[in-house]
Amino acid sequence: MSDLMKVSSNPHIRSKLTTNTIMAAVIIALLPATGFGIYNFGIPALILILVTVASTVLTEFLYEKLMKKPVTIGDFSAVVTGLLLALNLPSGAPWWIGVIGGVFAILIVKMLFGGLGQNFMNPALGARCFLMLSFTSIMTNFDCDAYTGATPLALVKAGEPVDIFNMVIGKTAGTIGETSMIAIVIGACFLILLGIIDLRIPGSYILTFVIFICIFGGHGIDPAYISAQLAGGGLMLGAFFMATDYVTRPITKNGQILFGIFLGIMTGIFRLFGPGAEGVSYSIILGNLLVPLMEKITLPKPFGKGGEKR
Amino acid sequence: MNREGERLINGIVKENPTFVLMLGMCPTLAVTTSAMNGLGMGLTTMVVLALSNAIISLLRNIIPDRVRIPAFIVIIASFVTIMQFLLEGFIPSLYSSLGLYIPLIVVNCIILGRAESYASKNPVLPSLFDGIGMGLGFSVALTMIGAVRELIGAGTLFNFRIMPESYIPCAIFVMAPGAFFVLAFLTALQNKIKIAGAKKGKDTSKIGSGCSEDCMNCSDKGCAHRVIDTDSKPGETLAQGAERREQETEEKIEKEDN
Repeated sequence: MSDLMKVSSNPHIRSKLTTNTIMAAVIIALLPATGFGIYNFGIPALILILVTVASTVLTEFLYEKLMKKPVTIGDFSAVVTGLLLALNLPSGAPWWIGVIGGVFAILIVKMLFGGLGQNFMNPALGARCFLMLSFTSIMTNFDCDAYTGATPLALVKAGEPVDIFNMVIGKTAGTIGETSMIAIVIGACFLILLGIIDLRIPGSYILTFVIFICIFGGHGIDPAYISAQLAGGGLMLGAFFMATDYVTRPITKNGQILFGIFLGIMTGIFRLFGPGAEGVSYSIILGNLLVPLMEKITLPKPFGKGGEKR
Repeated sequence: MNREGERLINGIVKENPTFVLMLGMCPTLAVTTSAMNGLGMGLTTMVVLALSNAIISLLRNIIPDRVRIPAFIVIIASFVTIMQFLLEGFIPSLYSSLGLYIPLIVVNCIILGRAESYASKNPVLPSLFDGIGMGLGFSVALTMIGAVRELIGAGTLFNFRIMPESYIPCAIFVMAPGAFFVLAFLTALQNKIKIAGAKKGKDTSKIGSGCSEDCMNCSDKGCAHRVIDTDSKPGETLAQGAERREQETEEKIEKEDN
């Protein structure tokens, strides 16, 4: 073999993106929402975020030590899981809610299925639904020092008037990270500009949801109603940060659009016809479970295959 | 150990219907919301299982082979009906909490499975003890699952409060998902204990490949076409052995040539 010809196995084109940089970018993108949550809900929110992140990282570390596996907490994925979970908790929740959620997210949803890249369901959302079913009264109690009463989304569902300006800014009751639409969209723009996520899933998700509530919402094309539905609840956080999770979204491009459409329809069904006001986390989890099927039916054809039969 | 005793141990430990055979999952997941329900379901099933095993074993030479399944079902259903009336009459609280799952014992695959695979081929006494052993194994498993679910999901055990008053019950454990969590964890736990016990004093290097060295009872036919190198030296792989023989042959030829 001459010196000019260097033979190596694939991949031949390398990207500078690593798991570390992606996760670090997601953490940076979540900072506006986190910061606004702490500003909005005060010290209890900060404590809850710290406890949740610490419990996810510690769980991953201890499990890998006990099982004598390489320790992977350096890739920040546990931090992202903990942060996303904390942003999905009400600020008045006691600290042990964060610990139980963090342990469940990492141990049951992620590690028992083989660790990062193997989990079939978004760990943070799995833990949120686990907490939701286990401690319903704590998880749906959004009273805190700053706000009392129902979340704007519950008011919308009850047909009462809401202040849309405050909902967009985020000065409402809700979970720590979901209230501010602006902060979330700033973080999402950062990720989109870096090329870490694209608009396929969030775009098709939000568009489908808007069309769905226009048809079935009973308000027709009413901008106030639509913007209240968009700004309220976890739709923005879910669409930009949870549904786009690399591990649990479809790989194929058409599959991602299908995934977004499915999430939009499911969220619409949960919000309009379900007993609760919110349904983003359940619909994303249901979508996660269907990902293998979506990938199967949207498998791209290899070049040259499937032409006219002779 | 005599045959009857062996049957009892077999049902409880070695072939535990829930944790090892994974049979009868419907009542296992559905009624184990509390330890009491699990125990009641397990014991009810045990009585039906033992009696139907005994009767089927008695009739095993009379029942024609072609219609054996309907015949087994008729016998099992008779005992289930008797048990249902007894429970309704004497333990109405258990009867109401088990509800539909009592008549469903008829189609419990443990009972039909034992009738088909054991009672229809073996004498009465071992069959009776096989039923009792399997039933006890089922009861133990259901009670354990029920106890864990009740303790975490409601803070009580057999309706006695164990956790302090300030404990906030984790309600998911008395719902359907909790049954799956607890069943999976208990199965993993007993596998861990059993594997640790089985490894003692045995060549553990072969357990990983699924070989138990018990070729008489082994169902893995994949062994048959495996090459067995009778000429190998200790610690040598197949490829190394082939290479060594090739070298030796070459050396031999060279010697002969010289």
